[in-house]
Amino acid sequence: MSLLKVENLSVRIAGVTPVDCVSFSIGAGEAFALLGESGCGKSMTALALMRLLPPGGRIAEGQVSFEGEVLGTLPESHMRTLRGRGMAMIFQEPQTSLNPVMTIGDQIAEALPTGMTRNEQKAEVLKLLEEVGIPHPETRIHSYPFELSGGQKQRIMIAQALAGRPKLLIADEPTTALDVTLQAQILQLIKRLAKERGMALMLITHDLGVARKMANRVGIMYAGQLVETLPVDDETGLARAFHPYTRKLMAAVPSLERAGQRLAAIPGRVPSLNQPFTGCRFADRCAHAFSPCAATLPEWNNLGDGHAVRCHLAVQADTKPENETLQPLKAAVPGTVCVLAVRNLQVTFAQRTGQLFGKQNIQAVDGISFELAAGETLALVGESGCGKTTAAKAILGLTEISGGEVELDGRTVSHFSEHQFKPFRRLAQIVFQDPYSSLNPRMRVGDILLEGMTALGVGKASGRTKAIAALLEKVGLDPDATGKYPHEFSGGQRQRIAIARALAVQPKLLICDEPTSALDVSVQAQILNLLADLQREEGLAMLFITHNLAAVGYLANRVAVMRAGKIVETGTTRDILIRPQHPYTKGLLESVV
Amino acid sequence: MSFQPALLSTDILIWLLVVACAGFAWHIVRSPVLRSAWHKVLVRPMGMASVVVLIVFVLAGLADSLHYRERLDNGQLDVEIKSVLDSALAPLTKHTERTYSAPLATHAQAMETIVKADGSQVRETPRLQFGGAHLTDPERDWAGDILARLLRGLVLGGVASLLLAGLLAVSVNIIWKRGFAYAFSRLWKPEKSDLAWRSLLLTSTLLLLIAGAIASLAGGYHVLGTDKVGQDVLFQTLKSIRTGLVIGTLTTLVTLPVAIILGLLAGYFRGWIDDVIQYIYTTLNSIPWVLLVAAAVLIVQVFIEQNESSFSSVAERADVRLLALCVIIGLTGWTGLARLLRAETLKLRELDYVTAARAFGVSGPRILLRHILPNVQHLILISVVMDFSGLVLAEAILSYVGVGVDPVMNSWGNMINAARLELAREPLVWWPLVAAFSMMFALVLAANLFADVVRDAFDPRTATGSGAGS
Repeated sequence: MSLLKVENLSVRIAGVTPVDCVSFSIGAGEAFALLGESGCGKSMTALALMRLLPPGGRIAEGQVSFEGEVLGTLPESHMRTLRGRGMAMIFQEPQTSLNPVMTIGDQIAEALPTGMTRNEQKAEVLKLLEEVGIPHPETRIHSYPFELSGGQKQRIMIAQALAGRPKLLIADEPTTALDVTLQAQILQLIKRLAKERGMALMLITHDLGVARKMANRVGIMYAGQLVETLPVDDETGLARAFHPYTRKLMAAVPSLERAGQRLAAIPGRVPSLNQPFTGCRFADRCAHAFSPCAATLPEWNNLGDGHAVRCHLAVQADTKPENETLQPLKAAVPGTVCVLAVRNLQVTFAQRTGQLFGKQNIQAVDGISFELAAGETLALVGESGCGKTTAAKAILGLTEISGGEVELDGRTVSHFSEHQFKPFRRLAQIVFQDPYSSLNPRMRVGDILLEGMTALGVGKASGRTKAIAALLEKVGLDPDATGKYPHEFSGGQRQRIAIARALAVQPKLLICDEPTSALDVSVQAQILNLLADLQREEGLAMLFITHNLAAVGYLANRVAVMRAGKIVETGTTRDILIRPQHPYTKGLLESVV
Repeated sequence: MSFQPALLSTDILIWLLVVACAGFAWHIVRSPVLRSAWHKVLVRPMGMASVVVLIVFVLAGLADSLHYRERLDNGQLDVEIKSVLDSALAPLTKHTERTYSAPLATHAQAMETIVKADGSQVRETPRLQFGGAHLTDPERDWAGDILARLLRGLVLGGVASLLLAGLLAVSVNIIWKRGFAYAFSRLWKPEKSDLAWRSLLLTSTLLLLIAGAIASLAGGYHVLGTDKVGQDVLFQTLKSIRTGLVIGTLTTLVTLPVAIILGLLAGYFRGWIDDVIQYIYTTLNSIPWVLLVAAAVLIVQVFIEQNESSFSSVAERADVRLLALCVIIGLTGWTGLARLLRAETLKLRELDYVTAARAFGVSGPRILLRHILPNVQHLILISVVMDFSGLVLAEAILSYVGVGVDPVMNSWGNMINAARLELAREPLVWWPLVAAFSMMFALVLAANLFADVVRDAFDPRTATGSGAGS
């Protein structure tokens, strides 16, 4: 008998159906991963299981049963004991999921079953801390969340979830906010704990690697529906996947093997969920769509071995869509002209200490050096806080430099005043990580693109409208976008606008600061393809700042690995990814899932 | 009879404000983002109702801001400055009593010794000169007369509101083009994204009924009684509207530039600029507000008294003092908004679009103007609307303490101040107080409800559709 059984679950919130007719079951001790891009309804499914839907949301149809008990009709008091005891949940953001004014010991004790004495509670909390790998539990039990690192906080969250001895652990993107090395540790921890306790695991993730590493079975969601469930194991992974969407997703993940090839991008965008659907929801983006796809919703087709798919193609078992063919990318030709040279760059921040007037210097960037030629891509790889973004801002003259030199196009600019620097501003431009905060919500796209040209006096005023139209076409947007506001665009489209804004002043150097980490896999593929194309067309030098080693392999010629303000290793991409020398680089590579 | 327009200093500012509001309205119509936000305000029945009430107050205030001087028969200009509202309410001012009389009374409040024709003296409450003077036997006819006038007034109000509804139907029919019956039914049952027409109709009907009843009763009585010197309280209450509005809006006009400039500068440039600005507002905040205002008002008062000769009329002097009060409250009251804007700017300046603009070499002031200011607009608007009612109340408090507007100027604070001494009288003189409080209540409640709706519509946290979900 299965532990959790979800039958035809539909959720409605304010006229939108984020989850539509989803059915799956999780057996005791099984690890099930719900995989999908943002907005596909995977988090909403998890909240519906816990009956924790946001205000206005309700389960419109279907039922959820846990250990044979139907949850829809349970009184709230009974449901409360089931949360924590029966199923527990850990969330994506450890920073906001812990109460900052309670010690971690108290917070874990809160989740313990009632009826324990204080000493029993303390012993239990210590055991849990030990189990999730917190060093020195006796002293740590009195710590407040701010005294812990992000990874430790996530461990506390896990300890809290385990405190009620749940039979099912729901983990909603448990490692998305963490660095790669931490991600690997936390995933391993969750896997080990689930195995030791015989606990079932429901993992919600957008990361194919995580899903395949953690789960026995994967369910792929698209636009509110489950489209495929398949068993996975270490050898084959998701390779048996049938649904065209799943296959596209797999082909969209960048990796070293795919260097020099175009990533598979899914055309169009996810349909909005406030409309009724007749056929397959993926039909209009699917390369294999044929007559019945748009008209009728495909039924579940059992492909045997627990593998089921919702696709019309599966009716004739021999028509499995062939592997995605990847088109080759034009080879990059690094030039010889040095666009950017950084020598022994140092950036120091003064930070206030607890004492009155006490100040302490923090060396954010500690003497890094590299050179970058036209048409070349250098990837600056490192975990959060290693100083890679600060280095980028120092190169652009947006942060004060405390030592060393920056040379742009042969001129040393590092000690220029704002006024002196202005003529050099058009040489280097930046694309940011978060497409939502990088565009002024109160400005039309046309004005956003115009701003740099006006400020730096690029081109004649009369020709700028034309230049903007050309830019929009280059980044793959409609020319009528000029009159619209940023909120009318999706994340990927906003990132295109941000790229167009940077290119508007015809820079020679483009700094991309994690340009795809806030985006979904399929959108990431589009943006990476676009960046690669643009670089080849314009002969741009590109400084690609990222923590994602897979994207590095796809895009970069050379890699510099940064740690705590210093570059620890640099070399060609192939060398670094295949024969890393520095232990830190090796650690990073091993953590990639 | 000819007249010459007269401009008081607050009039100039009020009309400038009207022009600015018209400009803002034009801007709203052109900007789709703002238009949809204001649409959200007017879709809510509560928003529409409060807007209607506020509009009525504003119209009364504006009518009271059109000042003029009459040319007397001898060809000279009258010393007294009158407003359009004054002339509209002239019947109320014409008939004064000797002293206190209760609302709708026919006899004076206090006993007087009256010498009769035969030389004997009687103590009784005399008949009023105006209130109920048309009645031959007040005791017998009073109730009937009041009822008849009330009914007449309500019918008048009802007819007026029907006319208004018809007018509204005609104008919306131009847009909808589906005939009058359809227009009427849709006004009564607005469709999903329509403005809250029903709320508009109900509120205006209610206001017109009240206005009709009061107007009809005022033909023969002092509807809200008379004050110590026999002046009509209704007239004073209506005249006080302008004072309240002037304090509520002009003070904002003084506050806004100071608060916006200092708040943005402190938040954007940080460093010593931030330190200096923070120092100023911490110092200002550490002095009790009423005492600070009292001190400043007293200084201004001394100055006005020394230059008594430079004012050509009492109204002009009172007006200068009102303006001075606005400036004083404004200059002491900017700290809250400045602090709010500083905090928001600190957050915004770290956002990527500001960094991107800096990477283009856009100058600091330009970034503030193009990137920061538009993104704190909602905060400014919300705080202006929310502060308005507080300022109206502040005027009452300051006048009550005696450091508010000039004693000759009509204001709710002055009315309350004057009435406070009479609360110990027997029988109780309650009407000036009740009249002032209920008017103030109506205005402040409408402003607060409006502020609530505006905040809901403009606050990005309550507005849906923005931000990324996982």
